[in-house]
Amino acid sequence: MPSSASDTAPPDLAIVGAGPAGLAAAVTAAGLGLRVTLVDAGERPGGQYYRHPAPGLGAERPEALHHGWSAFAEREAALRAHEEAGRITYLPAHHVWAVVPDGDAWTLHAVAGTGPDEAAAALHARAVLLATGSYERQLPFPGWTLPAVVGAGGAQAMLKSGLVLPGKRVVVAGSGPLLLAVAGSLAAAGARVPAVVEAAAYSAYAGHLPALLRNPGKLGEAATYGSALLRRHIRLLTRHAVTEAHGTDRVEAVTVARLDRDWRPLPGTARRIPCDALAVGHGLVPQLELATGLGCATRPTADGTLALALDAEQRTSVAGIWSAGETGGIGGAQLALLEGEIAAHAIAGRTVPAALARRRARLRAFAAAMGAAHRPGDGWTGWLRDDTDVCRCEEVTAGRIREAVDELGARDARTVKLLTRSGMGWCQGRMCGPAVAALAGDGPAPDRRPLSCPVPLRHLAQLPPADG
Amino acid sequence: MSKRHPLDVVIIGAGVVGAAIAYYAARAGLSVAVVDRGPVAGGTTGAGEGNLLVSDKEAGPELDLALLSAGLWRELAAVLPHEIEYEAKGGLVVAPDEASLGALRDFAEGQRAAGVEAVEAGADQLRELEPHLAPGPVGGFLYPQDAQVQPAQAAARLLAASGASVHLGEEVTGILTGPGGVRGVRTRGGELLAPAVVNAAGTWGGRIAELAGVSLPVLPRRGFVLVTEPLPRVVRHKVYAADYIADVASGSAALQSSAVVEGTPAGPVLIGATRERVGFDRSLSVEALRRLAAQAAALFPFLADARVLRTYHGFRPYLPDHLPAIGPDPRLPGLLHACGHEGAGIGLAPATGVLIAAALTGARPPLSADPFRPARFAADPAG
Ligand SMILES: Cc1cc2nc3c(=O)[nH]c(=O)nc-3n(C[C@H](O)[C@H](O)[C@H](O)COP(=O)(O)OP(=O)(O)OC[C@H]3O[C@@H](n4cnc5c(N)ncnc54)[C@H](O)[C@@H]3O)c2cc1C
Ligand SMILES: Cc1cc2nc3c(=O)[nH]c(=O)nc-3n(C[C@H](O)[C@H](O)[C@H](O)COP(=O)(O)OP(=O)(O)OC[C@H]3O[C@@H](n4cnc5c(N)ncnc54)[C@H](O)[C@@H]3O)c2cc1C
Repeated sequence: MPSSASDTAPPDLAIVGAGPAGLAAAVTAAGLGLRVTLVDAGERPGGQYYRHPAPGLGAERPEALHHGWSAFAEREAALRAHEEAGRITYLPAHHVWAVVPDGDAWTLHAVAGTGPDEAAAALHARAVLLATGSYERQLPFPGWTLPAVVGAGGAQAMLKSGLVLPGKRVVVAGSGPLLLAVAGSLAAAGARVPAVVEAAAYSAYAGHLPALLRNPGKLGEAATYGSALLRRHIRLLTRHAVTEAHGTDRVEAVTVARLDRDWRPLPGTARRIPCDALAVGHGLVPQLELATGLGCATRPTADGTLALALDAEQRTSVAGIWSAGETGGIGGAQLALLEGEIAAHAIAGRTVPAALARRRARLRAFAAAMGAAHRPGDGWTGWLRDDTDVCRCEEVTAGRIREAVDELGARDARTVKLLTRSGMGWCQGRMCGPAVAALAGDGPAPDRRPLSCPVPLRHLAQLPPADG
Repeated sequence: MSKRHPLDVVIIGAGVVGAAIAYYAARAGLSVAVVDRGPVAGGTTGAGEGNLLVSDKEAGPELDLALLSAGLWRELAAVLPHEIEYEAKGGLVVAPDEASLGALRDFAEGQRAAGVEAVEAGADQLRELEPHLAPGPVGGFLYPQDAQVQPAQAAARLLAASGASVHLGEEVTGILTGPGGVRGVRTRGGELLAPAVVNAAGTWGGRIAELAGVSLPVLPRRGFVLVTEPLPRVVRHKVYAADYIADVASGSAALQSSAVVEGTPAGPVLIGATRERVGFDRSLSVEALRRLAAQAAALFPFLADARVLRTYHGFRPYLPDHLPAIGPDPRLPGLLHACGHEGAGIGLAPATGVLIAAALTGARPPLSADPFRPARFAADPAG
């Protein structure tokens, strides 16, 4: 049942995702006179970055955990004003499972609400902006399925929205700039952080000094984190990785080893660090299934993922479909805001202000430099033992994946999945996809999830029939 | 590329059909190579459901092939690793009304004469066989010979058991010929020389034929499958409504579907598959999903509350008369075809392998391959 007014003409623009990119695009587009529908799976705007603490937690100052909270607060206020004026229809708790062409417009199919209120929704629009963001990249290691091993971004999200700590003594590990932010927030919230274990070397950025110099803001951010860590006596171990988590009921300690340039653990360098939680993440992966389902072209990025191929005005390769934010490559909240504004101008048929375009180019160059530095080295698969689960949903071990590759003729993640069921469970390979592709000796493959989320069969059965 | 010992045959295609041919050709003592541009089961086999059905085939050459295959799959299940998930679960065809039950009865009569076991079940017996079936069907037929394998595993294990030399990630770009006929194939990596080449390229078999200078009108017929969340194992058979049989035999281009519903060992229920001729169109058809879901819920109302976790599609290889092409091509000595199995290639693979092995060695085939003559579509069928 359409939740938008289906008897009037479809709105000019539907935006999927109310994170920094989608939110900025919505308010800018509405300001430029477009009628906009903004759809998001979450309950509140802000996406993965801006998170509201749950009410009643007594957290009066969410801005303490966010850089640039004001940039968000202004846009949220603008969203409410545009909603009031009828220029934006904001639909939270709507998970879009597919976007399909519908004559010269588009239909977005969504699952709306949860529990007993769950309903089917079909929305229509003349243009679509996909601002679906990213999810965390996980590289498995022995013990990663133990309780109290959490995603680094997940730990940050927990802190921001609920002010909940995963433990009292939390090792932060993986790769990417997010680790420093996470360690800083954990420490600020009262946890001890015995070490931040970073697989890359920050010296790798040195090769991209020009990009860094053009982004003093970013440098400042990293410096802030760095000095915060120093103040709190947090050890930063670069070129190191957690190669195993130990414990029975929950994690009790981790093994940390030094890595060579390809992320291969160096023999004789392993040591144990006691802890009661581990926050681990290896960067972010653009969430592309709605776009690839429409046939949008992708490009390989410096961090070893795939992102959408976009032109300077945020167009995808499919006419009428646009994208902004992390779907175009991981680059941070600032860049996402900027790209949302650029897309809104272009969709409204306005000239994109030159200053926006310049800042975008600068931030994208910086993101590429950072991505190259944190790209996982091929040697990480050396952490896996044959009995390590790689796909948690279906409990598929590294040994079975290696058998599929070495003995059964699988050469890519899809065939490994067919032969082992890895990636067939609830998360549909979001968790194990990058790891499985690496074990198959394959590059990253474009997301193939024709359904972006589980859909009640009843919703499908009750869709209006095509031509009678 | 390995040139250790001379090859007897090169098989193009590491789908289930190519894998079964490799298996039976190697067992017949031939030295075999299999070449595929992608991984094993990377074509339509990876999109298939693994139904080994006799129930949906009317009496005729395809049913004979299916019956031969049903026996061969039983033998294979005893020798291949259990990962192929062979399960002789039986099929249950239900009739919504007396008219379709009558039609089903006639259909089953013909099948029985060909050697199919078909047991009529009344409305009450249906409920015993499938307790969660919706009220409504007036009766149906149980087909104990219908079975099931996991297609990608079946292809991979057949190929591994064949001992053939396997060349994956190598696209065939040419068929080498000489005065005596076929000499081998050219791939992006080099040449593989053999006096016989088998075209087991499935939906892309027409292009391989073209490379060899002959024509074979293989076309794609798209199908979607729905996969639910893991559910308690309550669907016991392969269950489908009687109108499915009409769809399979239909040549219509329009979207057709009659959902086959079945539980899997891992828990998800598979609902498939639609049939439509839209070329290699990879876009999502919401209408296909709607029909599958509606039909599945009509058979098993509890499914309406289940979640669909994923959907996938594939392109069945079909020929104008809906029979595969199996056997030597009289237009080019040394070239054999084994493609165009449409929605039954997994089921028909072992029998196809046996027929091709017989053609390669000159042995007597267990049944006549004449109805599957590859040159039957040529303007002047020279053979
Ligand atoms: C777990 C996690 C934690 C992070 N923590 C930090 C941090 O601490 N500091 C930092 O600088 N950066 C952090 N980031 C990165 C930061 O969130 C991004 O740089 C920024 O949010 C990008 O904005 P975006 O608008 O592109 O995407 P997002 O903010 O990711 O927004 C995407 C939105 O789209 C919605 N969505 C996606 N798919 C659908 C669909 N099919 N239907 C409906 N809605 C959909 C999502 O619900 C989400 O609200 C984190 C990222 C992740 C994944
Ligand atoms: C949705 C769906 C459901 C189905 N369900 C069933 C079912 O339940 N039961 C059943 O029996 N059948 C089913 N089928 C049909 C079955 O999947 C096919 O008939 C069967 O897989 C065909 O196998 P094949 O080996 O001939 O082709 P494929 O598996 O497609 O193999 C052909 C191979 O040839 C390779 N190739 C092509 N060109 C070249 C080249 N130039 N060089 C090198 N290699 C090349 C391809 O890469 C491919 O791997 C279904 C099909 C679909 C789409």
